[in-house]
Parts: sequence; C-alpha cells; structure tokens
Amino acid sequence: MMEIGLNHYLVLSTILFAIGLVGVMRRKNLLLLFFATEILLNAVNVAFAAISHYYGDLTGQMFAFFVIAIAASEVAVGLGLLIVWYKRHNSIDLDALTSMKG
Amino acid sequence: MFEAIAFYLFAFLTIAMFFITVTTSQALYALTALAAGMIFISAFFFILGADFLGVVQIIVYTGAVMALYAFGMMFFDTTRDVKEKQGNKFIIVGLSTLAAILVVVVVAVPMVSQNIVALYPAIDGVGNTQGVGMVLFTKYLIPFEVAAIMLLVAMVAGIVLAGKKMDLSITLMNDAEIKEKNKKVLS
Repeated sequence: MMEIGLNHYLVLSTILFAIGLVGVMRRKNLLLLFFATEILLNAVNVAFAAISHYYGDLTGQMFAFFVIAIAASEVAVGLGLLIVWYKRHNSIDLDALTSMKG
Repeated sequence: MFEAIAFYLFAFLTIAMFFITVTTSQALYALTALAAGMIFISAFFFILGADFLGVVQIIVYTGAVMALYAFGMMFFDTTRDVKEKQGNKFIIVGLSTLAAILVVVVVAVPMVSQNIVALYPAIDGVGNTQGVGMVLFTKYLIPFEVAAIMLLVAMVAGIVLAGKKMDLSITLMNDAEIKEKNKKVLS
C-alpha cells in the first residue's frame, strides 16, 4: 500500500488512457477531440517515465521526449487545418466532415 | 511514505482534471482543466526522478501547446455549448477500458517475463539532465535530428495553413469591404 511500484503507475496510465479514449469516442467538436488525444499521449508518457525509472534505463525518457515533440507538431498542423476548415464551413463539428458520403 | 501521499494526491487530481476535460460542455473549462492536468502530470515525472522531462512537460505542454490552443480558440465560436454524440455509454466506456488494458498488457508482458535488461543504463554520479544529454546526443542523435526537421516542417505547415489571407488588414477596411470579403471566403 505505502510502497509505490511500477504497477501503480501502469494502473494510473491505464485509467488516464481510458479517459482519453472515452473523450475521443464521445466528442463531436474537433477542438475537444484534439484535447482528448493530448490526454492519450500524456497517459503513455507517464508509463514511459515510470518504466524508465524502475528499470534504470533512460530509453523510456527518450521516447517520452519524442512523443512530446510529435504532440507539439501535431497541434501546429492540426490547428492550421482546423482554422482553414472553420473559415470555409463556419463550424468544427465532426458531422460537417461527411462530405465524402455517397 | 511521502512518495505514496504525493502519488495518490496527484493521481486523484490528474484523473479529476482529465475527467472534467472530456465531460464538460464548455470549451474554455476543458482547456483550463487540460492545462492543470498537464501540470499535475509533470509532478509524476519529478517523483520518478525524471527532472528534465518534468520541466519539458511544463514548458512545452503548458507553455506552448496550451497557448497555441488558446490562440486557436480565438478563431472559433467557443461560447456556445458543445453537442455530444448520443451513443450507448456502456459500449463507449467498455470499449475504451478494454483498449486501454490491452495497451498496458502489450507494454507489460515483456516485463512480466523478466527478460528485459537496461539497454542504456542510467549513469552513476551524474544528474538526470546530464544523463539525458549523454544518451540523447550519442545513441539517439539521428532521431533527435529527425524530430527537429519534423518540427520545422510542422511550423512551416502551420504558417501556410493558418496564414492564408493574412495580408488583408481587417482593421483598415470599412464594413462594406469586410462583408464582401466574408462572402467570398465563406462561399
């Protein structure tokens, strides 16, 4: 109970990942969908850092750095696309994105 | 003792903040709660001895990503309530939990079988930041450079996508001209 081990962190990571997935599945607004993906990436980062600490290996932290870099570039490109879409259609709901429906 | 107290406190706070992020109907509350959750996540990194990662988390996520979202939200109409998908809640929650447990199993199976060894062990006698620098600039130099190029490409893409029609000044045009421009953009 008082000794925090790797399993504690993995369980926490699972809970955060599940919260993020719930957000991805139930959100309609694209901006809030992006927020949910940020939660997913952060949940994985916690697991990486915990494994890195409990196995004395810095590789986990390296991967967490690259995940942060990917998250930053994803936000830059995603927000740009979102702004273009909003200028054109005046809404960022997922329902407006069904233009390819036959 | 203190580690356990800190872990449970920050675990509760993080879960609460992220729960607010995915459930609230106000985009502004979601943004604020997400920023708070990011700060609390960095507390775990400090507990785990990954000081540099914790600082990077605060600077990049709360400083850069959240600020970018805040600026992006100025383009959108975020005052109205967000509509949600009306699906079966049990299916959504069940599927999410199942998928999350699967991810953890994928990560945890090699560790349970105990055949994992430290590829780049933490070096004794140096701090976390120094050790990270040593590994990052020797073993992970190529991925580091590729990540730098990726960030550059993302920056150019962001400028190109968001900066369209930035040569017009809305403050210097009169109302009729702005209406004409809006009609052209929206059509």
